[in-house]
Order: sequence, then structure tokens, then C-alpha cells
Amino acid sequence: MSWDWEFAIQTVLPQLLEAFFKVTLVVTVVSSIGAAILGLIWAIGFRSLPYVPMKVLTWVLDFIRMTPLPVQLLFLYYTFSNLSPMQVGLIVFSIHYSTYMAESYRAGIESIPKGQWEGSTALSLPVTRTWRAVILPQALRATLPSLGNWAIAMFKDTPFLIFISVLEMVTVARNIGGTTFSYVEPFTIAGLIFLAASYPTAILMRRLEKRLAY
Amino acid sequence: MRDFIDSFIAAAPQLWDGTVVTIILSLGGAAVALVVATVLGLAANSRFIIVRTLVRIIVEFFRGTSLVVQMFFLFYVLPQMGVEWDSYTTGIVALGLNYGAYGSEVVRGSLNAVPKGQWETTTALSMSWPLKMRRVIWPQAWALMLPGFNNLLIMLIKGSALAGFILLQDLTFVTDQLRRTLDTFTAFGLGMVIYFLISLACSYTLRWMETRAQRRLGLKETKVARTDKALAGGGTV
Repeated sequence: MSWDWEFAIQTVLPQLLEAFFKVTLVVTVVSSIGAAILGLIWAIGFRSLPYVPMKVLTWVLDFIRMTPLPVQLLFLYYTFSNLSPMQVGLIVFSIHYSTYMAESYRAGIESIPKGQWEGSTALSLPVTRTWRAVILPQALRATLPSLGNWAIAMFKDTPFLIFISVLEMVTVARNIGGTTFSYVEPFTIAGLIFLAASYPTAILMRRLEKRLAY
Repeated sequence: MRDFIDSFIAAAPQLWDGTVVTIILSLGGAAVALVVATVLGLAANSRFIIVRTLVRIIVEFFRGTSLVVQMFFLFYVLPQMGVEWDSYTTGIVALGLNYGAYGSEVVRGSLNAVPKGQWETTTALSMSWPLKMRRVIWPQAWALMLPGFNNLLIMLIKGSALAGFILLQDLTFVTDQLRRTLDTFTAFGLGMVIYFLISLACSYTLRWMETRAQRRLGLKETKVARTDKALAGGGTV
């Protein structure tokens, strides 16, 4: 076994980068936005729903959070055969990570002092306005870095798409290895691309966390 | 209905085998992860900057490159380097290293969260490092670590679903197979419920350990203390 620079740079790198930009990045960005929106809906649901539906929602989210992504991917893939694997991936990643983000939002919303709610009531603000103008602007500030960290976690989970044969980066790396019998270069470069993309983002989130802290 | 029950009974042994593989991988991975997390977490607070830097690099490397990449690397590349591991070892080591790196941050954070006075007191009493860790710092940090470990353990169990790609017939693999004999909904429903129950059991165990750790520190009332209070007529029980 030896490292072949020519093979690594001329064959492997372009293919992996193509998969990175076409699939990995698209899934991460689109599903992060999807998960952030869904997560917010769940979090507001925790607060606004009556007791029983709230408990049901909690159990459903716990169930999704505690079952593995691959099983969920395969399940939706076989159940909705009219959807493309990529669409299934986007939906599953959005839903799965929304359950985590909901917890982050919840923590952010709970950190808002009770006086803010009472103040809104005293001013007889409508519920929607209370959320939009008073609670969320403050809560989101505390939640943002945490959402970013979940997006990074999601990014590193995108290789699970291999289960429904979406050609994301690691699947491509594995295929290159399968045809050329040299696995070192593809997997090393795939790992380095992950590291190069996630580490700076993680540092950015840490900075953001410090800056946004009260 | 009869057909369904028959096919379910036929599927049960397979499901059981898959569950066992998943549990072996999860517990093995968790054990390795705990060791890795403890070693790296303690070393992260080392006096020597070289050690600290080295730990930082290792931790960021294993956190930054995806679990899937690491597992495939161990599975496909190591044999080319002449290291032959069976699938179980590969899976357990991959899960252990990846989640161990995450866990080391939990260990480091918890050690730092132990009040400074506790550290200073052990110095004042001129306790040796092993003694102060064993009797003062670790028990307090341990109680703080368990919630973090709880989350990581669930993630590790979910990560073990990757085992099918390193030729292990784990619960995910079996579920995917059963889709052919049972229908999709039943097969995946069963698979997910089993995963959920495993995760729930682990989660409750760790929460129980957390309560126990806190009681030992006197942070939560023990049963005895509560009974004493009741007998003394104080408080409401």
C-alpha cells in the first residue's frame, strides 16, 4: 500500500469535490433550514398545546430522536417510492434534526424571564405578536450557536445517505476504492474534506456563542 | 392476521440475532469510548502544553472527520496495511474512538466545572494526584458527566446502525431483510421500536446512575434522610 499523489489529486479529489458540492452541501444547507423551521414549530407547540397533545408530541419527537437515521431513511425510501432518494434524504434529515433543534429552541425560550411574558400580557399584546416581537428575538439569540452545532452534526451524518444509494461523498469514495482497489486516497481525502469544512465552522460557532452571550 | 402472526414468529429469531449484534456493538463501543474519553479528558487538563496540543489535535480529528469515514477507513484501509481485524473489533473501535473524542469534551468540561475550592483544598491537604481524583474530584465530576454521556450513548447506539456496511447483520440489516417477508411498515415499525426500547433502557440506566452519584455527594436526599425527616415530623412526605 502506498500513497499515489497523482491518483489522489487528479482522479479522487475532483470526483469527491463534485459529490461534496452537489449532494453533501445541498443536503446540509437545505435540511438545516428545514430542521430549523420544523424545530421552531415543535418548540412553540410545546408551549402552546394543551397537555395531552403536548405529551404526544414529546413522545413522537423522542421516538424519532432515539431511532437511527439509516432505519428512517430506508423506511421512507421504501414507503414513498415516488420520491427520489435525494428527496427522501432531505425530508429525513430535516425531520430527524428538527427534534434536536426543538430542544435547543426550548432551552432558549425557557431562558426568557417570566416578566417578559407578563409584560406582554399587561400590554395586552396578541399571542402572535408576543412570540414575534418579544419572545423569539430574545430566545433566538441564545439558540443560534446551538442550531449551528446541530447543522455541523448533520453535515457529518450525511454519509448515512449511502443506505439509500445517494451518491454523496463517502459513497463516491467507496465506489472509487471498489473499482481501483486503493482505498487509502479516497477515504483520507473524504475525511480531510469533512475536517476542512466542519472545523472552521465549529470555531465560528464557538466565537458566535461568546459574542451572543449576555 | 394469521399469516401475519406466522411471519412474525418466523421473523423473531432473526430480529433477536440482530438486536444482540446491535447491543454488543453499542456496549463494546461505549466501553471503549468511556476509556478514551477518560484518558483524553484527563490529559486535556495536563500541565504540559505538548500533551494538551496533542489531545486537542486528536479530539478535533476524530470529531471533525465523520464516523462513517472512520469506520470505512478501519474496514478497508487497515487490511491493506496488514492489520486484519474482524468486523466486531472494527465496529467497536470506530464507535469507541469517535464517541470517545466527543466524550472527552464532556469529561474535560465536567472536571473544570468542579468548584475551584475543591481543587485548592486537595492541594492544601497535599493529596497525591490519584488520591484527590479518586476521593474528591472524580466523584463530583462524574455526577456532572452523566447527562452528557447519556446523549452520547444514544447517538452511539444509532451510529451502530452502520454495521451492515462492515458485514455485520445488526438490527438495521435484519430490518431491511425482513421487509421482504413482512411488509415494509411492520418490519421497520418493529425495528424502530426495538431501537427505541434499547435507547430508552440505556437512557433510564444512566439517569439512575446520575441520581445515585448525586445522592452519594449528598446533593439529593437519600431515602434514609427522608424517613428521618418524616419521623422528626419536619417537612411533608
